[in-house]
Amino acid sequence: MSATQQDVRFVQGNEACVRGALYAGLRFFAGYPITPSTEIAEHLAENLPKVGGTFVQMEDEIASMCAVCGASLAGSKSMTATSGPGFSLKQEAIGYAAMAEIPCVVVDVQRAGPSTGLATKVAQADVNQARWGTHGEHSIVTLTASTVQDMFAVTVEAFNIAEAYRTPVILLFDEVMGHMRERLVIPPAGELPVTERLRTAVKPGVNYHPYLPREDGRLPMSDYGDIHRYHVTGLYHDIWGFPTEQPEQVNKLVHHLVDKIEGRVHELARWKEFYLEDAENVLISYGSAARSARHLVETRRQKGHRVGLLELQTIWPFPKDLVREKTANAKNVFVVEMNMGQVMAQVKQAVDNPDHVYLVNRVDGTLVTPTDIGNVMRVIEGKGV
Amino acid sequence: MAFRDLIRERFFPHIWCPGCGHGTVLNSLLHVVDKMGLDPTSMCMVSGIGCSARISGYVNFHTMHTMHGRALPCATGIKLAKPQLNMIVPMGDGDAMAIGGNHFIHACRRNIDMTAIVLNNRIYGMTGGQYSPLSGRGVLATTAPYRSIDDDFDAVALAQGAGATFVARTTAFHVKELSKILTKAIQHKGFSVVEVMVQCPTYFGRKNKMGGAVQLLEYYRDNTAPLGSKKLEENQNLIPRGIFVERERPEYCEEYQNVIALAEGKE
Amino acid sequence: MEAVEINVLWCKGCGVCVAFCPKKALSLVGEKAQVDPELCIGCGMCELYCPDLAIVVNKPTKKNEKVTEEGLS
Ligand SMILES: Cc1ncc(C[n+]2csc(CCOP(=O)(O)OP(=O)(O)O)c2C)c(N)n1
Ligand code: SF4
Ligand code: SF4
Ligand code: SF4
Ligand SMILES: [Mg+2]
Repeated sequence: MSATQQDVRFVQGNEACVRGALYAGLRFFAGYPITPSTEIAEHLAENLPKVGGTFVQMEDEIASMCAVCGASLAGSKSMTATSGPGFSLKQEAIGYAAMAEIPCVVVDVQRAGPSTGLATKVAQADVNQARWGTHGEHSIVTLTASTVQDMFAVTVEAFNIAEAYRTPVILLFDEVMGHMRERLVIPPAGELPVTERLRTAVKPGVNYHPYLPREDGRLPMSDYGDIHRYHVTGLYHDIWGFPTEQPEQVNKLVHHLVDKIEGRVHELARWKEFYLEDAENVLISYGSAARSARHLVETRRQKGHRVGLLELQTIWPFPKDLVREKTANAKNVFVVEMNMGQVMAQVKQAVDNPDHVYLVNRVDGTLVTPTDIGNVMRVIEGKGV
Repeated sequence: MAFRDLIRERFFPHIWCPGCGHGTVLNSLLHVVDKMGLDPTSMCMVSGIGCSARISGYVNFHTMHTMHGRALPCATGIKLAKPQLNMIVPMGDGDAMAIGGNHFIHACRRNIDMTAIVLNNRIYGMTGGQYSPLSGRGVLATTAPYRSIDDDFDAVALAQGAGATFVARTTAFHVKELSKILTKAIQHKGFSVVEVMVQCPTYFGRKNKMGGAVQLLEYYRDNTAPLGSKKLEENQNLIPRGIFVERERPEYCEEYQNVIALAEGKE
Repeated sequence: MEAVEINVLWCKGCGVCVAFCPKKALSLVGEKAQVDPELCIGCGMCELYCPDLAIVVNKPTKKNEKVTEEGLS
């Protein structure tokens, strides 16, 4: 294929995620099959070795997440993919990655839970688990997408963020997005920015401190196997990576783990907006639910209704200021999602008038529809269903 | 100190109790790495959580102190990404056989080139003396105040059954044998398992009224015998020591290189 | 160089080396191991046994004095 020729495919969202990961330089994937994420593993089993990368099917999701941590420390851009039950199992090692500041990407193609729930049906109820699933204090980045093309793009972003800030990044997709087919244009290499791992410039024989931030706050890495030998632990540690229980050092690390992400809310915020300038009714949504919201907005705009959509691509850290700003002139805010109001709770905290925030949801394993949204809006507007 | 470049001297004396067998295994391993002339930058050690797992902090290798039971899958990720590393994975008996049991059998099955060392003190040392899957029936522990009714795993048989290509057992009393076995295990291409019966004087010894480090080492001296020895033949109650399995089977990282070659040929 | 160097900062006085020295050349004095160089044959067993890496044996082993664990009591 020539450089100018466009690579256009008609693919499932899960494959778009794989293409995005490879575009970003993925070289290691470990996973365990689970619907509706399995296609990600299958595509990578076929395609990773073609670029000299490694795919491994581990004995469970715990092992997969552990292998991802190990491979990343050995220098490979690493990822795993799963769905709810597996996401629960991965939490232990996600916490380890957060503590040891290991760049990695974790895809959760959401299905209905708790437990085995509805193995093949859509839900968006892992929003809070993405943020709070591990024990202890740390922050995390979580991205979503509502088109196959966006799944490609946010996957590239996820790797860039993981590498830049040495953090696990969660890609929170859902069954509808994972399985739907759409046009995907893969940009030529170099068109989308790809962040490479920052490696230390410390020379052999000079002490390398794996957890001593540079002036800009970034922590240059050294691959296992390279000249610098150092220690990594899930215990609270000092700049050398060695365990410490000194209160000042522990306190400093907790703040670092939280601040490096919460302090960059603006930088990390990704969103799309439609007709917000004059909107009286603002819909807030993400993932496949945002497709229904978008549809409703387009049809109502044709009828002259002042309705708009804010689609959040970054859910964590929650872009509070953005949400307040974009809803400042709205009479009503409708949060459209497939759970009992996990993002709505965040929106209520962000806006000036929480009483005018309403939930439009569906938690029955089927996609929330434009009609569902319209029905709630009519009730609130006092027009009856 | 003979192997100054192999240890992180500033952390010594180490945290283990006086007479703890984990120290003797560290000692033996360092002698072996030194004698084999292995380049320390080629050495990687991955451990889980437990007293035994603290070993990774003391060696001046590439080291990863992971989660309880998870050393092997973490090591698998590193090894697949950097197959040239010499990988050593020390684990406690609880670490390897309880919470990490599933990872253990699958690592044996994959035959990935690394040396797993099970530091078997028959107790959960770090958490204060609870029984482990290797304690065995009749042992006293804080969670078995009326004596354990759990039978133990035979770690050697388990590794053998799961497909490990090098399997051995020795004790912290048999220090020369330990060095020999560790050397062979590291040289072996494939997944090696070495069970080392070590003493935890603080919890196992005290709880079971078996005395301190010296008495526990004497117990290992008197209650084990080499494979194929007359002593073992005459007394079936003795625990066999030595190399149980040493065979060839395709190694996982090398096999994956073949997968890459196949995949690259396809495009 | 001492025949047997004992790092008293690292020695925890566990007594393992004392118990298994084939020549009873080691003893505990004030919770620290001490060697009697006259008795020591340089077999190196104590260096291997010490859980605290506190012993280095510099004395060459006497040719006819090779020691293995099995004989130790
Ligand atoms: C998931 C999890 N469960 C439990 C623990 C608590 N824990 C720490 S070490 C340990 C057992 C240690 O025993 P063993 O593996 O035999 O190592 P030893 O301390 O005896 O060397 C346990 C249960 C933990 N850290 N993580
Ligand atoms: S508690 Fe037991 S295993 Fe842990 S350091 Fe002490 S003697 Fe060793
Ligand atoms: S074995 Fe080591 S720690 Fe124990 S008494 Fe002897 S020198 Fe000291
Ligand atoms: S070298 Fe041998 S003889 Fe000398 S003190 Fe050590 S154990 Fe005893
Ligand atoms: Mg134990």
